Amino acid sequence: MKTVRLTIDKKVVEVQAGKTILDAARIAGIHIPTLCHHPDLCVAGNCRVCVVEQVGVRTLQASCAVPVADGMEIITNSAKVQQARRHILELLLSEHRSDCVNCYKNNHCELQDLAAKYIFTPVTLIPLPALQHYTIDSSSPSIIKDDSKCIRCQRCVRTCTQLQHVTALTVSHKGHEQKISTFMDKLLNDVVCTNCGQCVNRCPTGALTERNYIQEVWDALLDPNTHVVVQTAPAVRVALGEELGFDVGERVTGKMVSALKTLGFDSVLDTDFTADLTIMEEGTELLTRLKAVLTEKADAGTLLPMTTSCSPGWIKFIEHKFPDYLTNVSSCKSPQQMFGALAKTYYARKRKLNPAKIVSVSIMPCTAKKYEADRPEMRSSGFKDVDYVLTTRELARMIKMAGIDFMSLPDQEHDSLMGESSGAAVIFGATGGVMEAALRTAYELVTGREVPFANLDIKPVRGMEGVREANITIEGCLPEWSFLEGVELKLAVAHGLTNAWEVMQAVKQGKAEFHFIEVMACPGGCLGGGGQPIPTNSEIRLKRAQAIYEEDAGKHIRKSHENPEVLALYKDFLEAPMSHKSHELLHTYYIERHCN
Amino acid sequence: MTNTSTVRKTDLIFGRSLDTLTLLRNAMQRDKDGLIQELIDSGLRGRGGAGFPTGLKWKFAKGAPGNEKYIICNADEGEPGTFKDRVILEKAADKVFAGMGLCGWLTGATKGFIYLRNEYIWMRNHILAQMNDMNEAFRQMKLDFSIGLKMGSGAYVCGEETALIESMESKRGEPRNKPPFPAIAGYEDKPTVVNNVETWVYALLISYIGADVFAAYGTEQSTGSKLFSVSGDTPKPGVYELEMGMKLSDFVAEFGDGDTKAVQVGGASGFCVPRRKFDQVIIGFEGIPTGGSMMLFNSHRSMYHVLHNFLEFFMEESCGQCTPCRVGCQQLLLGIEAVKSKTKPAQYLDTLMEFTETMRLASKCGLGQSVGNAFNSIVNEFYEEMIY
Repeated sequence: MKTVRLTIDKKVVEVQAGKTILDAARIAGIHIPTLCHHPDLCVAGNCRVCVVEQVGVRTLQASCAVPVADGMEIITNSAKVQQARRHILELLLSEHRSDCVNCYKNNHCELQDLAAKYIFTPVTLIPLPALQHYTIDSSSPSIIKDDSKCIRCQRCVRTCTQLQHVTALTVSHKGHEQKISTFMDKLLNDVVCTNCGQCVNRCPTGALTERNYIQEVWDALLDPNTHVVVQTAPAVRVALGEELGFDVGERVTGKMVSALKTLGFDSVLDTDFTADLTIMEEGTELLTRLKAVLTEKADAGTLLPMTTSCSPGWIKFIEHKFPDYLTNVSSCKSPQQMFGALAKTYYARKRKLNPAKIVSVSIMPCTAKKYEADRPEMRSSGFKDVDYVLTTRELARMIKMAGIDFMSLPDQEHDSLMGESSGAAVIFGATGGVMEAALRTAYELVTGREVPFANLDIKPVRGMEGVREANITIEGCLPEWSFLEGVELKLAVAHGLTNAWEVMQAVKQGKAEFHFIEVMACPGGCLGGGGQPIPTNSEIRLKRAQAIYEEDAGKHIRKSHENPEVLALYKDFLEAPMSHKSHELLHTYYIERHCN
Repeated sequence: MTNTSTVRKTDLIFGRSLDTLTLLRNAMQRDKDGLIQELIDSGLRGRGGAGFPTGLKWKFAKGAPGNEKYIICNADEGEPGTFKDRVILEKAADKVFAGMGLCGWLTGATKGFIYLRNEYIWMRNHILAQMNDMNEAFRQMKLDFSIGLKMGSGAYVCGEETALIESMESKRGEPRNKPPFPAIAGYEDKPTVVNNVETWVYALLISYIGADVFAAYGTEQSTGSKLFSVSGDTPKPGVYELEMGMKLSDFVAEFGDGDTKAVQVGGASGFCVPRRKFDQVIIGFEGIPTGGSMMLFNSHRSMYHVLHNFLEFFMEESCGQCTPCRVGCQQLLLGIEAVKSKTKPAQYLDTLMEFTETMRLASKCGLGQSVGNAFNSIVNEFYEEMIY
């Protein structure tokens, strides 16, 4: 690899050709402030906060955008640079409604941080007139868009188009009217937005935030007449610690349970339980579809490939972008919604509670789950199955509000009835996890033997490659599954909607034939979800994934079909996977949506 | 003020010396490197305003690797006060296209485009006819080159070459980060030569008249002649081909109405020169360069209103992507209004001028970088008019 030598602040730096000045500075341990730059996104070079002086060049250079060259002399802190940097921040502050103490992102705002660092004299610029008549788009149950906080860094636009292939957010108008908009300036809830919240994860200010339900949950907790159950998604336990003083990648499952109990939830249960249940239903569904295609010569195209349905961002994406393939999506509800439906039926009956008095809360790494819970289909218990969805970030806020010393909490276990889970359920939180969990169960169901991978770790479907493909040949089937003998199952795993789009394009164009596709809307899967602690980058996501697999390895039950509470649920209530009762409570349908 | 020298008018572009196709055929008889050297020797610099040496640009593109290269004629003439490209396209479009063909032959590009500003859509049929004739001529000459037309959509910033390329690629017309420059990675990320309408014609002419004859016009740093769009308070507005390197005082003597208070050289992105500096200013690369716009203002004009108008223009025409330009333009306009209405003290003008320095240093493209030219020159030279 060709290297390039340059000097930054008189320090000689040697880096790979093709790196930017900013990369080189970071390698050399020299700090340059940035704002529009994000490690997950392509270079924009539009905020100009990162400008530096290059000796011999007339203008300052945006260090995030300019590639290094031999002999370059860079100065990151000259008077010129300092003045420009301060001016640029002052200009940004003049178009930003700096209502910091009232802002949801107060103390979590990159612009605020930069202002605190670089602005030490009062700003004299005139606040832009647009700040006097702004509107806040609160149409979406997941995301709130407040243009008066927007500084046009376009991270959200790059996220929405490049990372997610959604293009709900675009730039419209020019000059002083330039803004981040939607198709024809429609409300966020009326466009192709999948509510994935990846824009929220990358917005440096309070322009894009999750719609929070903190007050609603407090009200429920403090109401003596309600019974508040809470479920915790797999990916929350490996990220919540980041908001509360732990290092990235630390598992805080036990402390999370303790904190929820301290907050006053009447029962702390686990989405992992319904993740195991999902495997039972979805695994059975896959086998049913395979049987129909292989033995009954059913119309293969509408049944296979089957895609997963746990990720509500993916569901909304396919409803908008590939409506012809809705029959290919597993009819299983997501674990959150299965849990919700059971909380107000099975759980209520077992605990002898009036379901009308149950408030069902879920803690999710996800903003799309808020939208999912609001879907009109999601009322199969006769009530709203999941009343409120809180993100990992919102839970962290509540823990801080309650004055809980999270670090010193004892570890506690989830409550029983719907709190037991297997390692297979935990890995739902990482890309490839649903696939791996499904294989652990389906393979064993069909052959009577465990999947042929050491320690049940199906390594080919793990990892952070955007699209991963694997084949597994089924041999030695039990008699009732003989139609699968020798069949080579073709599997694909995609995370991030751009990757999902590519897989679906390949399917649509007949370039790829799969039996089963796992799609997670967010990079890295749920652990990189739109409700997770900010910041996010590939390193952080990798550490969270490692934590997830550690959690799985430490579980005494590793396979969904061995979860005793799931078995009890079938015995006492549902009868069997894909039974009539299951269909009523655990399965759903999808809706074709417009494409803009 | 001196009245001994006068402005020299020339007639290279519209003169009927030789048939365009003969010019092109003659040029294509020559050695390619020799011809590019001739262009370099002529000192011809881009006539759109930025003034990059044309021969060098062509040389880079010729040396750029790959077979797929593009030639683009920038006909997005949007600088306030410029209207000379319109006249060239009306009267001598064939020379423009032949110049592009010549560059195609020299650099190995086989496809060219003319990017025509939306406001010139009325010329579209005329241009298409001329273009088709020239494409046919290229075929007959066995020159593997053809030209297509792309219409702009009305944004000033698309005159900036990388924004123009983005617009041609059906994206938002926003300038790119540079490097890479278009000569290395332009349209469709392939090596691309972008030149102003006028530059193509001069390049073709130089291949015939030679570097020496061309460079005999003008000054050492500003060789040759160029078209000027003369407007404002003048008895004879219009397009004139004038020698480069003239003194502004000579220009005013020729075109002024006898009461010229200031001349805005180079359009809204150029500089304002007050009367007392007319005889110190050379119009050319050693002094104040211009893409052709020369706006004269007499003593009836309020320079505050002139500046206000320019700033309104920039505030709307900034693409909006980079902070210094998007917010800076708005702040400058709000600022002069606040000083005028006494809600800000006069010294606030000095603060604003500091901000124009940041805009110059830190904006992404020439638009934001040059807003301060007009702002600082007008505010400095007509300080009282800004306040009272």
